[in-house]
Amino acid sequence: MDNNQNADQPSVIRRLMPLMIFAVLAVFLVIGLNNVETVRDVPSPLINKPAPQFDLPLLLQEGRLTDQDLLGHVTLVNVWASWCFACRQEHEAVKHLARNGVRIIGLNYKDETEDAKNWLARLGNPYSAIAVDYDGRSAIDWGVYGAPETFLVDEQGFVLYKAIGPINSPKNIEGLLEAANKSGYIELAELLSRLK
Amino acid sequence: MKKILNIVFLAQIFFTANAYAAPVETFTFDSPETEKVFHKLSDELRCLVCQNQNIAESNADLAKDLRLEIYTMLQEGKSEDEIVEFMVQRYGDYVLYRPPFKPMTWLLWFGPILIFALGLVFVVRFMKSQSSASQPAALSKEEVERIKNLHSGQDGK
Amino acid sequence: MIPELGHFALIIAFAIAIVQSVVPIIGAAKNDTALISMARPTALAQFLFVGISYAALTHAFIVHDFSVQYVANHSNLVQPLIYRISGVWGSHEGSLLLWALILAAWTVAVAVYSRNLPEILMARVLAVMGMISTGFLAFMLFTSNPFTRIFPAPLDGNELNPLLQDPGLAIHPPMLYMGYVGFSVAFAFAVAALLGGKLDATWARWSRPWTTIAWSFLTLGIALGSWWAYNELGWGGWWFWDPVENASFMPWLVGTALIHSLASTEKRGVFKSWTVLLAITAFSLSLFGTFIVRSGVLVSVHAFATDPTRGVFILGFLIVVVGGSLALYAWRSASVVSYGRFTWFSRESALLLNNIIFLTAAGAVFVGTMYPLVIDAFGAGKISVGRPYFDTMFSLISIPLLLLLGIGPVVRWKGDNWSRIAKNVSIMLIASLVIGLLLPFFIEDQLNIATGLGLAGALFVALTTLKDLLSRMRQSARIPLAYAGMIMAHFGVAVFVAGVTVTVSYDVEKDLRMEPGSSYDIAGYEFRFQGTRKVKGENYIADEAVIEVWSDGEKTGELFPQKRVYSGKDNPMTDASIDKTFFRDLYAAIGEELEDGAWSMRVYYKPLVRWIWLGSLLMTIGGVLAVSDRRYRQAVTSRSRQGDDKASVMTSA
Repeated sequence: MDNNQNADQPSVIRRLMPLMIFAVLAVFLVIGLNNVETVRDVPSPLINKPAPQFDLPLLLQEGRLTDQDLLGHVTLVNVWASWCFACRQEHEAVKHLARNGVRIIGLNYKDETEDAKNWLARLGNPYSAIAVDYDGRSAIDWGVYGAPETFLVDEQGFVLYKAIGPINSPKNIEGLLEAANKSGYIELAELLSRLK
Repeated sequence: MKKILNIVFLAQIFFTANAYAAPVETFTFDSPETEKVFHKLSDELRCLVCQNQNIAESNADLAKDLRLEIYTMLQEGKSEDEIVEFMVQRYGDYVLYRPPFKPMTWLLWFGPILIFALGLVFVVRFMKSQSSASQPAALSKEEVERIKNLHSGQDGK
Repeated sequence: MIPELGHFALIIAFAIAIVQSVVPIIGAAKNDTALISMARPTALAQFLFVGISYAALTHAFIVHDFSVQYVANHSNLVQPLIYRISGVWGSHEGSLLLWALILAAWTVAVAVYSRNLPEILMARVLAVMGMISTGFLAFMLFTSNPFTRIFPAPLDGNELNPLLQDPGLAIHPPMLYMGYVGFSVAFAFAVAALLGGKLDATWARWSRPWTTIAWSFLTLGIALGSWWAYNELGWGGWWFWDPVENASFMPWLVGTALIHSLASTEKRGVFKSWTVLLAITAFSLSLFGTFIVRSGVLVSVHAFATDPTRGVFILGFLIVVVGGSLALYAWRSASVVSYGRFTWFSRESALLLNNIIFLTAAGAVFVGTMYPLVIDAFGAGKISVGRPYFDTMFSLISIPLLLLLGIGPVVRWKGDNWSRIAKNVSIMLIASLVIGLLLPFFIEDQLNIATGLGLAGALFVALTTLKDLLSRMRQSARIPLAYAGMIMAHFGVAVFVAGVTVTVSYDVEKDLRMEPGSSYDIAGYEFRFQGTRKVKGENYIADEAVIEVWSDGEKTGELFPQKRVYSGKDNPMTDASIDKTFFRDLYAAIGEELEDGAWSMRVYYKPLVRWIWLGSLLMTIGGVLAVSDRRYRQAVTSRSRQGDDKASVMTSA
């Protein structure tokens, strides 16, 4: 890259520099290619922070659900809606977890109550309780940007992991497993690994 | 099967984002300054759903909700910084089209000026080496002839 | 039948391309005339077969052959003919075929117009281009076959994305590809020069026209994309710093540095290494753009449907081509020596600084585009880099650029003195600064440095360019086309900068709720909403609003924004309506129907927005003018035989 006048030629380093820069770039492109499937996933800033406060009406009963209700037991908070295709796909897995004792709370996101009820009637209800977030305002506090999404919340109310997309996708099973193991929820981890 | 799930999930996001009609809201503002801040924030926050647009241009439901949220917060008297902080707390730095200025992004913000400085350094060194180097010795007549012949020989092909 | 023919032709083209890549280059190394003479025929044959393949795909689109999967995915029975023809390049596989076709066409052009090139150089150039062709044809045949059939053939297809059903689309990708692909010629020349170890001013003279034409096409292609987005998308935006847009802008920036560096190499024999490296970089960035669009590593609105296999293939291709050429550069560039001398204050040093500025600009775009990927690769989370970053960087970069653009062209080659230039230029500089900074002051009643500097810069460039032209005209009646081209292109920059500065600083955007009969005032224009009506297009139904624009008590225009629903798609699409004049656009888009027949709508006043594309057009024309200069059509042989006095012959190591 050097128009040196003397007989001394541009140093080897100077001449190799463009190639070396490209090599570094190529490494990043390879890594990037590896991450293509998660390129649209937005990591959650809630990890290891307390779950957001909320106070929402219940879908199937009188009464309300608040963040206090999350305390005391490890929970999966599952964001779903009747208009969401992928929610249908993950539903079997969600029901499987519920059948085996996992506490799953539903957050019905921007949905009509009747549609939601019909959906559950047809496909089954795995939730121990369902909060209705009609205008999506509470979901914003959770950093929700689509459905389905699922949050693993520990018994002290801290968010351990956010699953983006169907809960039984390989990356989500991996992530949930890891989070569960790290916090010592062995049984949950056991159940999750059976989803693979 | 799992791959299909991923595709379905992504496709569904795509369908909700696929409405190309211009999103228009009719908010009324207390003052032109507030309206300016509203536009600035909507321009500089990224829509998480489509991810290729700011929330001013996006037609996604979430974008609408966030615009409403910004409007509400402005009506409550919140400042621009407070609203940005609000968004970052929930969605992370990804939601900011104007990358934050912190150690992780120093290289980003200073990168171009560093490149320019490096370029200038190179120019200076090149100019210096050029002026300190000697001129090539004048070619003799025979050498000039030889060069001419070489030229014509090769160009004859 | 015909799709199979197309597929078969592609396979034959692939085989020919391999021959074209290998035989002439061996011939050049061994100085074997027979092998060298294979270059042109194989280039022509490859073009023929790629052409047949392309024609077959186009035919499938025109006759609605939905048994071809690509056709079924991007065309339906009611699609207008023009969008069946342009739909061929509407997505991944077809656009690759267009790439290959355009590459083959450029190759043939070089083959035909290279009678004055030394045969060895010609052979190497065509061979390198053949290697690129081989890569693209292989990519199609192994991962992205446009001719895949589906059984049973659907009765109707999916229409082409309505956003793409616009005349601007019909032209934008081909123009862009003419540019991207055209840089492969400069690339091939650079690689051929490195291989041969000879890089003199005559090499620069041969490469220059090809590079300039490619640059002109790229300028036009990018401008068309911007113009199309503005007209089609309904938000008044004309540049979004989307990764794929950036991927087209980077080669343009490097290409601009390249044409200026080539000029220096041709005229003064300097910057040879630079020029070679810039040629390699420009085309590498073109390929990099191809990678970005089709691999899915960056989130982009332009991205084609992605598939990991494809990403891997292109990355491999990228590594081979770019890595290979840069390795060749590392190996051979030591032998590329320039003998021109120049002082600190000379046209050469100005052009060197120009190179630095444009590379910085390209670097800024690159850093901004790639940073999120790098951060994510380190597992440090995800960030976004968008308009605020790029706008800031470019505002800063434009200051030295515009200053240099005003001063550089009047500085003498080899060496000049500052006082002569200062006399020439300082009045215009001061005048520009004063006027530039005062104008916003009058308009806004406050100091606006950014706008002021932008206006000052544009004015400075305009003034210095015009002054240079006038003094040149006084000197001689004849103005070389090359010079006229330069003047026009530089003036185009001034027009462009003025347009951007004014539009960004003074546009007005308003979201309104309008009932039929109501009106609203913006920037002295009264928008009167008359109501809506239903209209029918070839493949859509729309609600069309009628808005009259009044100014000073007279009706100055009418706007008809539409909200269209295309058959086959549920989601409505905006069609904005624009009242355009040379000095401003009035723009309206409708949102939703509210109660009582009222509609939400967005209206814009955009001053000088057309200047953005006018400036780009001037740049394009400038490039074309420069290339049409007679001296490129003169027999280069006679000049080269005597040897340019500035040229240096370099014997290979």
